[in-house]
Amino acid sequence: MFQHKRRAGALTALAVGVALVASGCAVDSGTDGGDGGGSGDSGNLAITFLPKNLGNPYFDTSSAGAQEAIDEFSGTFAEVGPAEATPDAQVSYINTLTQQGVGAIAVSANDPEAICDALNEARDAGVKVVTFDSDTNPDCRDLFINQATSEGIAKIQVDLIAEQIGGAGEIAILSASANATNQNAWIELMEEELAASHPDITLVETVYGDDDDQTSFDKTAALLQTHPNLKGIISPTTVGIAAAARYLSTSEYKGTVALTGLGTPNQMREYVEDGTVTAFALWNPADLGYLASYAAKALIEGEITGEEGDTFDAGKLGEYEVGADATVLLGDPYVFDADNIGDFDF
Amino acid sequence: MTTATTSASAAVRTYRDYDRPLWQRIVLTRESAIVGLLVIVAVVATLTVRGFSQPITLTYLLLDVMPILLIALPMTLIMITGEIDLSVASIVGLSSVTTGVLTQAGVPFEAAAVIALVVGAACGAINGFLVTVVGLPSLAVTIGTLALFRGLAVGLLGTTAITDFPEFWTDLAKARVGGSNIPVVLFLFLALLVVFVVLLHFTPFGRGIYAIGLSKAAAHFSGVHVERTKLILFVLSGVISALAGIFYTLRFGSARGDNATGLELQVIAAVVLGGVSVFGGRGAIPGVIAGVLLIGVLASALRLANVTSDVINIITGALLVLSVVANSFLAWLRMRRRAPGGTPRVEASTAG
Repeated sequence: MFQHKRRAGALTALAVGVALVASGCAVDSGTDGGDGGGSGDSGNLAITFLPKNLGNPYFDTSSAGAQEAIDEFSGTFAEVGPAEATPDAQVSYINTLTQQGVGAIAVSANDPEAICDALNEARDAGVKVVTFDSDTNPDCRDLFINQATSEGIAKIQVDLIAEQIGGAGEIAILSASANATNQNAWIELMEEELAASHPDITLVETVYGDDDDQTSFDKTAALLQTHPNLKGIISPTTVGIAAAARYLSTSEYKGTVALTGLGTPNQMREYVEDGTVTAFALWNPADLGYLASYAAKALIEGEITGEEGDTFDAGKLGEYEVGADATVLLGDPYVFDADNIGDFDF
Repeated sequence: MTTATTSASAAVRTYRDYDRPLWQRIVLTRESAIVGLLVIVAVVATLTVRGFSQPITLTYLLLDVMPILLIALPMTLIMITGEIDLSVASIVGLSSVTTGVLTQAGVPFEAAAVIALVVGAACGAINGFLVTVVGLPSLAVTIGTLALFRGLAVGLLGTTAITDFPEFWTDLAKARVGGSNIPVVLFLFLALLVVFVVLLHFTPFGRGIYAIGLSKAAAHFSGVHVERTKLILFVLSGVISALAGIFYTLRFGSARGDNATGLELQVIAAVVLGGVSVFGGRGAIPGVIAGVLLIGVLASALRLANVTSDVINIITGALLVLSVVANSFLAWLRMRRRAPGGTPRVEASTAG
């Protein structure tokens, strides 16, 4: 009998515990609703950044830019995020931010669809939602801060190679995989740009390194063997450009065959310093975070709603206009060279 | 309880009279402690963490822990027999991918979900077959199938996601009852909870599960179908994991091969925290539910307090280690107290 009572006691305690959690929520809702409701205020400049994952130098850089912007307009910066880049982990954080009633969430989406409902719930609760770096479906955010357009990415790479080889000669492209949608779109635009503006440059071959370091390294070697007159290589992928630079830096072609493309400063630093690479492009994640913060501020203060043609001030970056699909373009890709590469760590 | 005792076989009754008081005392102490801790954490969070005391917290909390709650039910039974199923999260991923791929291929969602449940059952049957018929340890088997099922899931769908599911079902997965904050899916869990509580605590099959965990040989000689029981439990675990996978897919509207990666550890942590011995023979469902809710409440409150995910992992991990240590310590104390007068109890020392 004694044990029966204890078992019943444990079950009762469990029931009471669950009830407490439930009723605790219900009872206190009135008082705390005020806090949650504060999210609708035009003055709630609590802006939280939710990157794809934490501990990622790229997002550390964007958050540093965000912090700078938010300090300028005296808002409250915070950064939360999962350890691993999965959408379900992001949903828990979006829910948490909804509960906290922050002014805005700036999120780099791990999945365009999976975090949509959570974001829309946040918006229903008065939270503004800005996506940056990686967008969601347009109907689940107020604004997307686009780092670069395909046209901009294609043009900067063509401009860089033209400048580095003196506007004439044979070039090749070292891409990722043959069916990578974004890479192929860029290559097509690069071909158009070459034909239109640089008739003396000949694109002799496009090879694919499959975003594998060793494959890209071998393909670079093969390119130089096959085309003895090659003057430059464009690699619009961060894996490819680093592998190509590694090959060039130890070969007889160092300094004579130009290399440019899309890379990150940390991967490319030694090759810029040793003269293998003069300049390459990417966007500046710090500016991206900075712009996303000012966009969030403009949304919170009701200055913009995400309508096409809305304009807002973005501090040191100047004035920005909202384009189609509630998208704001950061601008031309950023060019990294020996003069500025020391300022970046990602 | 009395009727259950009388209906049990003489052999089981002897075993119960001999051993039950000890583990029951341990379990009840531990369960009360874990429920008490849950209440304390919930109250402290309500009073101190800003934003926790809103009705919506209940919704998010329950939806977050729902896959863990579901899978913890069969996991409890398996671990009481002294076995373990580490492949549950991979089955979640595989059922998610199965549902997604079939739906995309034009199969109606309802049919795809049923097929996913069958796939889950098949995964469980593979585990069960290797453990019972081939006689391999479940730890080794399910580490293998953890990789195998996850590999199949990722192989089938690659790194892409399928996001097109009927709105009726995705809405239902997140729906709340009327104007309240109670998720509809809670009732699915409550129905399963009743089934599992009755199965484990009020049937001969359930007593057989405890008997297997305490001594496989003794259970066998008292007429318990050891292998059949284990096989049934692994299949049950596969089916419930697949069900959790379908819920997971609908809640996030996304079928992915890497869905719920690492969930098995959260399930096992909650089950152990809830008082189930990793050596088998001890544990009860109410404690496990409290364990799951405790981890859920703690994670939710810490996130709201802007504690980073690494620190949340450290805190929940430390809590788990402490609870296991405390449990062993209590068992050791009890042993010492018994030792002078009575006969030493070999069984209890191995289980402690």
